[in-house]
Amino acid sequence: MPPKYHIATSQSPNRFQKITRSGIIAWEEGCLKCARCVKKDCVYQVYEKRNLDNRQMLDSLDSVCMDCFRCVQNCPNRLIHKGLNPSYKVLGDHYWTPEIISNLWFQAESGRIPVSGAGYGGPFSGPGFDAMWTDMSEIVRPTRDGIHGREYISTTVDIGRKVVALELGPDGDITSSAPPLVEIPLPVIFDMLPWSPPGDNIPLSFLYGARALGTFAIVRQSGLNPVIREFLPHAIIYVDGNPDDLGAQLLGSVRIIEIPNGEDAITLQNRFKSINPELIVIIRLRLGSKTPEQALALTAQGAEALHCVADEYGLEEGSDPLFIKERMKEVHLHLVDKGVRDQITLIGGGGVAMAEHMAKLIICGADALTIDIPLLVAMECRVCRRCKEGITCPVELDSVDPLWGSVRITNLMAGWHSQLLEILGAMGIREVRRLRGEMGRAMFFEDLERETFSAMGKRG
Amino acid sequence: MMDHFQFPEIKKAPSRFRNALGKYRVTITRACTNCGLCVELCPYGVYQAGSKRPKASCDHLCIGPSCSKNDFYCVDRCPEKAIHIRSNPTFEVLGDRRWPAELLAGTWHMAETGAIPHQDLNYKTGNSGGGFDKIRFVFPGKNGTGKTGTNDDISTAIELNRSGDSRPRITIPVPLYLGGMSFGSVSIVTMLSRVRAAVALNTFCCTGEGGYPEELMDYDDHIITQVATGLFGVREETIKRVRIVEFKYAQGAKPGLGGHLLGDKVTPRVAQMREAVAGSALFSPFPFHSVYSVEDHKKHVDWIKETNRKALVSVKVSTPTDVDMVVVGSYYAGAHIVQLDGSYGGTGAAPDIAKKNIAMPIEYALPKVHKFLLEEGIRDKITIIASGGIRSAYDMAKIIAMGADGVCLGTADLVALECIRCHHCESGRGCARGIATTDEELTGLMELEWGTQRIINMYSTWRAQLVNILKRLGMGSVTELVGRFDVLAHMDYIKEEEIEGELD
Repeated sequence: MPPKYHIATSQSPNRFQKITRSGIIAWEEGCLKCARCVKKDCVYQVYEKRNLDNRQMLDSLDSVCMDCFRCVQNCPNRLIHKGLNPSYKVLGDHYWTPEIISNLWFQAESGRIPVSGAGYGGPFSGPGFDAMWTDMSEIVRPTRDGIHGREYISTTVDIGRKVVALELGPDGDITSSAPPLVEIPLPVIFDMLPWSPPGDNIPLSFLYGARALGTFAIVRQSGLNPVIREFLPHAIIYVDGNPDDLGAQLLGSVRIIEIPNGEDAITLQNRFKSINPELIVIIRLRLGSKTPEQALALTAQGAEALHCVADEYGLEEGSDPLFIKERMKEVHLHLVDKGVRDQITLIGGGGVAMAEHMAKLIICGADALTIDIPLLVAMECRVCRRCKEGITCPVELDSVDPLWGSVRITNLMAGWHSQLLEILGAMGIREVRRLRGEMGRAMFFEDLERETFSAMGKRG
Repeated sequence: MMDHFQFPEIKKAPSRFRNALGKYRVTITRACTNCGLCVELCPYGVYQAGSKRPKASCDHLCIGPSCSKNDFYCVDRCPEKAIHIRSNPTFEVLGDRRWPAELLAGTWHMAETGAIPHQDLNYKTGNSGGGFDKIRFVFPGKNGTGKTGTNDDISTAIELNRSGDSRPRITIPVPLYLGGMSFGSVSIVTMLSRVRAAVALNTFCCTGEGGYPEELMDYDDHIITQVATGLFGVREETIKRVRIVEFKYAQGAKPGLGGHLLGDKVTPRVAQMREAVAGSALFSPFPFHSVYSVEDHKKHVDWIKETNRKALVSVKVSTPTDVDMVVVGSYYAGAHIVQLDGSYGGTGAAPDIAKKNIAMPIEYALPKVHKFLLEEGIRDKITIIASGGIRSAYDMAKIIAMGADGVCLGTADLVALECIRCHHCESGRGCARGIATTDEELTGLMELEWGTQRIINMYSTWRAQLVNILKRLGMGSVTELVGRFDVLAHMDYIKEEEIEGELD
């Protein structure tokens, strides 16, 4: 058994005060600052934590409050009120919701997974990833306990072309050659960002993080500079310029390279591999209605790995775009149907915002996935997209210390890793490779609705 | 059937906090001359007399601006125009999609008064956008052309042992019992309040897996004791005490993950009860490591049956994709009751990823199981209890119409005790409101008599609503409602105008 993969975490405080859902407490005029005021008796010691003077009671509390409402309900003169934090309400957008952003902040700060009581408080279901539930084992199937260390659950995946069966010569010798494979201990690769503040600090944080975790970060060929070149063993170079500019020395030192899909993608792949046969080439293609056929054709031509990319909302290209999980299911099943699925590595990306999305995308057929915006959020990004407009980042991401950033990213990934183990453990699956395409053991909203409710409304 | 059971008396149990939370906020300005007219006028008891001016100390009972059509509307009648009614800004922060502020406040009202809220509060559904919240009853005719006669003619009783074996036939007068919450996850006052309410309603309350505190022993006949994988506090002596023993295989909020009590909540008393070490987190691993087949499961059931020859055996399971097979397995293993715990159920602590994503909501699982058991010809041989996401009397009635015999509740009890669903029950000292805590100081925030009465009041109101639903549907008993999909409509699948009858 390989050594257990463990991600070391350390508490990494925010640089800016975090934005919480509520906790704005307004005192109406007339506060007598009485000695019995419940504000001093707060169970969570909000006053002590904020270093507020409990004799003055002037400041509104906006980040440490735990919403227990005791102060509101016990104030002798009913002068304390709470309200929704307007800054929280405007965080992110319809997809990158305030709940997701604050959830990512928590994990990046602590390295812990979000745990809470009182059951689930969210919507019944929703679009995209929220329209599926994962399975669990009960009574007659063994579960696994990876989270408490009692069993080993592997989250390792391989990137590259796979041999489906060994070929043997007449004398019994193995004649097939094994193509190169790169193993990553977590099925996650850091992608290029759809937008970000300028400078090297952010990509460096990603690279530091990728190195700490044993995975890779994709960097643009056009962004290469001597500082980034130090991280080549953990970088995937995305060819966005002239391939000839890469040079044999660089191609000899990287392990994975990514190229855009195009008519000459396989030719380019073969050219790179002729220079470095151990190199893995990933072909990046924009997810769309043609992807299943493209994937099949590329697999037949000898592609090693495909990176199917949706936009930051998980949507493919086209006028009536499907969500990534739907199209990935189709791509996976098409390759299964043609009997070639096991030959190629499928990587999905775009719209992956939470740990659960990771598990769900793998269930829908991906071997691994890429993430982008969550890594920025780990470094306190508020998904305001001002940087896209060239406006200064409110949390100064361009000046972030890459070492601090990498700790935050590592913490986040530790949280995601633990949550992946929770899902795998509940399903009784011992390794994440087995999770791929396990659609029969997932539950999809549309199917369940049809089975359960479709006949319910009809009358007469 | 328990036709002549005397249901407990409703007694007022107002909020234990100085300021109850309501939808509206009533303020009286300094212009008030303390004439006392508002105190006299308001039929809802919003005002109390004061020395300088009246106090709107019960403004959570105010019906808001809609009162303006009444001749007792205080705002209009106040001679000094000193009264103002506005929406309570704090109300916006309360609750979540499953338990919105109105459902919380509506439930608090029932627990306080034992009556259906008179304010314009939606106490029937949440705002989750699916499942129960999109399902409505279809009542024949406007205002129902249902059953005539008195409410006393309608039975809400259910049988818990339908197997036909030699064990006792236990009937409960309400189709509900209270689910497992262990000592450690909640305070002894919470635990006793729930048990005493169960006694008053002649139903049951489950201990959860945390031992059997001696304070509960006076109520043995109304307790379900739980056997879960950690076997915390489980002894043959405790199994012999009770009339129902429950195996917990999984919990809806964290299916496939087992139980977890954080170290902070493991006080010396909790540790003693669980035969563990104070301050150390306790895991109840998943699953039973001695059960890998239905045969193993049967051995478990046989063990309980042998230990206590009069007990019924209940099995609590979660809702995986093959939940129907799990239930059939339990039936053949000899269980009398299967409790299906849906994925949106309550918990003292669970990873958010599990609460949201693992296993299916009860609204899908129950119909699937009911249908499968019917096809197998064994539906009438086993009692199916639904739990995990049942928040109101309407949810209870809907899931019975979808195939359950009855329901098991937990979160609703805590809401009756003024839980605010801040979702911090896993943390530090536990619950700041003294419900889900083992901290001595916080435990002291709640009185036993008050807690007991709040739960009695709430479930009495639920029963009254259920009787009303049955009556409007023209049914004489709750057992007639089981599996009656035809009385339900899902608002995504039918237009309101296509329905003959009243939707509610």
